[in-house]
Parts: sequence; structure tokens; C-alpha cells
Amino acid sequence: MIKLNVNNEMHEVDAPDDMPILWVLRDLLNRKGTKFGCGIGQCGACTVHVNGQPVRSCITPVGIAKNAKIATIEGVDPKGEHPIQIAWKDNNVPQCGYCQSGQIMSALTLLENNTNPSDEDINNHMSGNICRCGTYPRIKKAIKDAAVAMANNAGDK
Amino acid sequence: MNTSKLSRREFLSYAGIAGSGLLLGCSSLTSSKSPLPKFIEPVDNDPQRLNIFVAIKPDNTVEIVSHRVEMGQGSKTGIPQIIADELEADWNQVNVIQGLGDKRYGNQNTDGSTSIRKFYDKLREIGASARTMLEQAAADYWKVPVEQVYAKNNRVINKNTDKSVTFGDLAELASKQALPDVKTLRYKSPKDFNYIGKPVPVVDLHDMVTGNTTFGIDVDLPNMLVASIERCPVIHGQVKSFDASAALKVPGVVDVIQMPATPETVLFFPLAGVAVLATNTWAAMQGRKALSIEWDLGENQSYDSDEAFKAMHKTLEKSPEVVGKKGDISKGFNAAKKVIEAEYKVPYLAHAPMEPPMATAWFHDDICEIWACVQNPQAVMEHAEKMTKLPKETFKVQPTLLGGGFGRKSKTDFTNEAIFLADKTKKPVKVVWSREDDIQLGYFHAGAVQTMKAGLDDKGKITTWHQKTAYPSIGSTFNHQANSPAGFELGLGFADLAYDFDNVLMEKGQAKAPVRIGWMRSVCNIQQSFALNSFLDEAAHEANITTENMILNSLGENRNVNHEQVYGFKFNNYGEKLKRHPYSTERYKNVLTALTAKTPINEKLPKGQGWGIAVHRSFVSYVSVATKVEVKDGHLTIKEVHCAIDCGLGVNPDRIKSQMEGAMLFGLSLALMGKIDIKSGKVVQSNFHDYPVVRMNQAPEIVVHLVNETENAPGGVGEPGVPPVAPSIANAIFAATGKRYRELPLNQYLSV
Ligand code: FES
Ligand code: FES
Repeated sequence: MIKLNVNNEMHEVDAPDDMPILWVLRDLLNRKGTKFGCGIGQCGACTVHVNGQPVRSCITPVGIAKNAKIATIEGVDPKGEHPIQIAWKDNNVPQCGYCQSGQIMSALTLLENNTNPSDEDINNHMSGNICRCGTYPRIKKAIKDAAVAMANNAGDK
Repeated sequence: MNTSKLSRREFLSYAGIAGSGLLLGCSSLTSSKSPLPKFIEPVDNDPQRLNIFVAIKPDNTVEIVSHRVEMGQGSKTGIPQIIADELEADWNQVNVIQGLGDKRYGNQNTDGSTSIRKFYDKLREIGASARTMLEQAAADYWKVPVEQVYAKNNRVINKNTDKSVTFGDLAELASKQALPDVKTLRYKSPKDFNYIGKPVPVVDLHDMVTGNTTFGIDVDLPNMLVASIERCPVIHGQVKSFDASAALKVPGVVDVIQMPATPETVLFFPLAGVAVLATNTWAAMQGRKALSIEWDLGENQSYDSDEAFKAMHKTLEKSPEVVGKKGDISKGFNAAKKVIEAEYKVPYLAHAPMEPPMATAWFHDDICEIWACVQNPQAVMEHAEKMTKLPKETFKVQPTLLGGGFGRKSKTDFTNEAIFLADKTKKPVKVVWSREDDIQLGYFHAGAVQTMKAGLDDKGKITTWHQKTAYPSIGSTFNHQANSPAGFELGLGFADLAYDFDNVLMEKGQAKAPVRIGWMRSVCNIQQSFALNSFLDEAAHEANITTENMILNSLGENRNVNHEQVYGFKFNNYGEKLKRHPYSTERYKNVLTALTAKTPINEKLPKGQGWGIAVHRSFVSYVSVATKVEVKDGHLTIKEVHCAIDCGLGVNPDRIKSQMEGAMLFGLSLALMGKIDIKSGKVVQSNFHDYPVVRMNQAPEIVVHLVNETENAPGGVGEPGVPPVAPSIANAIFAATGKRYRELPLNQYLSV
């Protein structure tokens, strides 16, 4: 049995240490928001945070997350009211939507470290996340909008 | 598809509940039996009842079925927008229900950019019919003539008294109304549209940003097994023998099952292989790795795509077959001042939707339920019948959301795999395709060779045109003997020539299919537009005029082209009547000039930069693209892409824009990097590292213009953006460098 902290909830799972976090989340914990796109760390659809760092959960064995905090799309804000989710909605970003959990999880870690990302910052940070539908222009715009909203929120506090 | 409704009595027995409302048919009843809360239990079918789109609930909510599937194109929002508008529903009260596979909806094959263009009128009729029943019910209630009432915003209002009653309150009374005669229906005037033509956000937006979506891969049932299948890497190869003992030792693996042999005509049958079934996906994948299989690879193991391109070139030289002609090309070439020739090549391509194919099937209570990311739920039923010999009504198909489709998920081989395994195990089975499976074993866009020859007169006008093409046909998937381009493929930007030349000869050559061949977003328009628009650019440079002028001059008089009359080519016009969707050279020109008027394509540029343009009609819509590139130290940068689309009436302008953005990037991916090679009968590429698609750092600024948004009947949107992209880039590179690249992808010449 492995004890896991997912979105601040504790779970016990019966998984071999080498099972990727992706399949633990999806198949053993029924958290289906994190998606599978390539299985080799190439597409970013499976991006989650482990101790605040973005990781490709398809190639990250669950064994390393034993004492770590895992955050997934389901933990961002189920009401969809996090500034990044609002920006995504305001820009009508998704097409099929399949890559978007990973896009949002990647973008969040960018914004945590960079309150005013340039195009180049966004390209550098986000180029590991494929969107086959081609929503990149809107993702870029939404990230900038979210950055502004988050900066304003921080100013309010 | 006809409009019909359920009687009150039928409704009650159908739904098993009393006191509900208006029902123009119904597929939207939630049953407690359904194992998946997000899905609706398939309901019994009655062939008499044909309209199953609208239900009004007593709580004043309106359920509207979207009978097509959602894969990012937005029709799950656009379809209800049309119905809700004519219905006078309040969008905030509308719940959209994904329709099951059911022939009463008409064609559900969500491809060919058809969801709006083929159903716009019918969907308005459905909305107007339901609205009329509500109005009649209110008139009966107030005992006034129906002319005295009108529906607005989920209510019906009495003109005399200004009193109103909600749809919900009228629901029961309305459901007893006779079905209105279609001929008597009144339609809204476009100026009164509430939702048609408005950028309504997609209905799944909230779920998509909170991770609450259900795609094919997300289906989960009690006691479900997950299957990962090792398929024969060479088409028509078979399993000679296999050893499952190591696979069965992997914890979680419960079964190993041999798949049936691949039939001669592949259709949508499973491929030969061995399936490993486990309690979770990871275990199934690990078990599969532990299989040891001996294959009989069969005769296709000698196939090599490079050799096949040479063979296609030869067949075009030696033994082409006439597709269409006009005038006399030998006279034309003799009289020409200048003759130019070129050959273009586009390789095999894979769809690579973000979500690979996924399907879950479960036999129980004499039915088989299927939840899957399928583009064509009725094809699932038909092809399940072909495989199992069970009547197709046995199969209840619930489409999930699709993580992209691009044509791949119209083919129902993966649902057949799940059905086969569910039948063998008597358990729910989810078949999971890996990315490697997807890239290596799909239904490929066929590699193609096209040769072009043009004669120009002393004024630089093209007088004579000779084009030839060869590629394996999609027909080979449905008849293994098909070995040359079919009429419907040639009508995708080859023989449906817009240009007015005096002498034209169009020919085709043979090519045998070495893999399963399928349609991919915009299909043969990809290669046929690449050759056509590249060659017009070459001709323009030869004639020393702008490409825009070459295109406009060559289009000739404003006219509607009838290809059968002009060339003897039976053009099927994407299944549309020429009367409704004429082939208009005027719209062709307009979509180009509308773009060039707003794009600085003639600006003075620094060395190494250039603009290129292309314009194409496909899926009865017209699209122009202008691309600015920079080539520096052997590196190609796409700086800007501007496009214009005339798709006739647009239902959701924001989704048209997003489809155009997506099409630009889809076109960019294939132009820059898309290539599938086949060596020894096996696909060489396997995942995004060697079959790359565009990433954010390669994505340029994209500007979209919508042209003529209200005139003309609605045309296609999902696909028509793709065909002009690749030639606009190649033309821009020529403008920037003087180098002409006639073979895709471009990363064989330049880093991208
Ligand atoms: S699924 Fe993990 S990076 Fe693609
Ligand atoms: S929205 Fe479809 S892959 Fe990104």
C-alpha cells in the first residue's frame, strides 16, 4: 500500500512503485481529469504538480510521490473560478478540450514564478504541451489575462 | 428524417414517469440503470418516430439533442443554437444532450464538415415545429386564435393581454398537439436571430477547465477490463503463434486473447493481433510488452514508401487514365510561348488526435452498450453487425467527447475490437490505443504524386493545363481491389478545377494501398491544393506577374462552373446540389481579394523574408491564406498567417474562428513536419518525437477574417482551412529565398 496526498486528500493505493502516477490517478483513484496523450513525456497532456513542480505523470513512477503532494486539475477550483480558469473561459480557449488539463497545470507553474510573462517566457514554458487542435494563440492570450488578474488579486490582498 | 412526436400515452410508457412535458420524440431520459452518471441509458427505438431532438421539462428547462459528436469543432453548441433560436428557447434554460447512435437522426457521421451545412434547414424546422406546438397549446389554453400568441424567451405571450405562460407550464398541453404540417411552419427572420450568428461559448467549457469531462478514455465500469493490443505491424500479416505465459504473470493481467485475422478487405474490422486484458491500463501495457508473438508478415513486408513514390511517378508517365478534358492540350502546348512543368509530392500522414482511439463495450441483457470517442455512431452499429452477425440494433452507442478526431475516429475498428473482447470475456472491456498504436496502425492519409504542366502565351496567360495524379485510394479500405483515385477523391481540389484555361487534360494513375487508407481533415485537398497553388505561383513568377493577378486572371469571368459540362467530370460537390452551393469563381476571387486588401502582402521586406498566398474551395466553402516567413541560416520561421473564409452563413463566428486557427496549425504541422514512412511494410514513426506536430514556440500569430457571413447557404468549416496552408508557405519561401520546394514536409530542407 502506498499513501498518497492528492489535492490535499490522503489516499491509500495498492500499486507497484513503478506504476506511473498517471495510471494511479486515473485507474486506481478514478481522477480522470489528467489525460494520456503519448506515454513518453512528449505531449504534456498528463501534467500534474508534485510538490509544486510540473511533472509528466505518464513517466513519473508513483514511488517517488510517497511523501509528496500531488496536485491535479481537479484541485485547481472545482467551481472553475480560479483566475486561470476564468481567463480560459473568457478566451474560449478549448476546442476538443483534451489537452487543456495539462495546459492549465503547466501554465499555473509558469504564473507562480512569473507574474508578467512575455511571449518568449510563455513559449519556453508551454512548448512541452501539445495541442493538436491548435489552441495556442488563445492559450497565450489567456495566460497573459490570468497573469494580470492574479497580479490584481495579489494587489488587493 | 421527418418530424414526428410521441403520443402522450406512448410517452408515458416510454419514460415510465408521469407529469412530464412536451416531447418531440425522446432520447433524453435518464434512467437509474445507467452505470455512468453522465450518460443516458439508451432507450428503445421505434422506427416510426423520427424527430428526437427537443424535450421541454416541467421545470421549464429545455433539453436539446445534439445528434452529431463533439471533437473540438463546436457542433455540440452550434446545433442546439439553431434549434433553440427557432424554438425561442432561453439559452440559459437549455441542456444539451449528446444523441445516441440512431438512424432517426439522419446521418450522424461527423466528418466532411457537414454538421451545420447538411442540417441547418432541418434543425430550424425542428425548432420551429416545437415552437408552433407550444404556441398552439397556449392559444388553446387562452382560447384565442394561434395568431394572437407568440413565443419568446421560453414563454408564450398573449398579444392582447400581455399575459404569458412558461414553456414548462405549457409542456404537457403542448405534447398533446398534433404535429404541425411542415409547410405551415413560420421561420424567424434572420434579423431576429438570438443565437444564430452569435459567439455562444461551447457548452462543455466549464467541464473542460475543471477536468470534469468524459472522453473515450475516461469511461469506467464496475469489473471492467482494460485491453492493450499488440497488432501485426504489417497489414494483412497474421499471428503464427504466441506465448502468453510471461504476460499472464504480470500482476493485474487476467487474460490474453488472440484477435481475429485481418480480412482481405479491411473495412472497420479489427487487425490481427493479441490482446492483453488487465484490471488497469498500466498492467495491460506491461503485460503486452511481455508477450512473445511470431508473425507471418505476409507479402506486404516488402513494401517501401520511397519505392512506391517512384512507382507512382512511373505510372503517371506510362499509363495514366483520363479523368476530365477540355480542348486539345497538344495543340495548346505547341502554340504556347512558354511551357513549364513540375512534380509535387506529399507523404503519408497520420491523424494523431490528442486522444488516441478508445472504446468500451459491454454485453448485458441481450444488448451491447458501447461508450467510445467515435465520429460515426451509426457506423459502429453497422460494422459491429458485420463482425458479430448480431442485428445492429443490439448495439447501443453512446458517443463520449472526442479528444480530436480529424477523420481517424470515423473508422470503427477500435469499437469492433472492444466488442470482440467484451463478447469473449462477458465483461465490460475498454480498448486503449497507445500513441504508438495510433501513429503506426491507423487509416493513413495516402502519399501522393502530382505532375503539372502549363503552357503560357506571350502575355503570360495560361492557355493550356495538364495535370496528373496518383495515390492509393480510400476505396481500398472498402474494396481491396481498388487501386486508383476514386471520383470523390479527384473532386477534392483536382478535377473540380476553378480555373478557366482553353485546353485542359486531367489524368490519374494507379497505386496499391500498403496500409489502411482513410480520410484525414480535408482529405485529398491536402496534396491537390498543394500542387495547384504551388504551380500557379510558379506560373506567376514565370509570367512575371503577382500570384494574386495570376490567380484572378486564371479564374476568368465570374461564373458558376459545371465540371461535368466543361470537363466531363462528374463532380459530386461534397454531396451538395450545385443549385444550393454553386461552384462560384466570384466567391473564389472575393475571398482572395478580401484577404489581400487587409494583409500587407506587397510590403517591402528585409532579405530572407517573404509572403506567399493560396486560395482554395473545399467542402463548398472558400478559403484564402497569406503566410509570411523568414528563412535565416537554414532555419524557417513562420511569422504570420492570415486567412479569410467565406463559408456562407455562419452559426457561431467564434467557433468558425477557432476552427480556422486550428486548421492553420494543422496545415502548418503537415507542411513543416508531417511524414509517415513505410519500410519493410511497417510504419517507421511511432510517437510525437518522430512524428512531430506544431508546438507553441512554432505557432505564429494568426489573423482570421470572416467574409460574407450571412449570404449564401452554410458551407463547411472544420476542414476548408487546411488545404491552402502548405502551398502558402512554400510560395512564401520561394518569395523569400528563390528556392522552390515541391515536396512536403519542409523540414527536409530547412530546420523548423
Ligand atoms: S502523456 Fe505524459 S507527456 Fe504525453
Ligand atoms: S483542445 Fe484539442 S488537443 Fe488541445
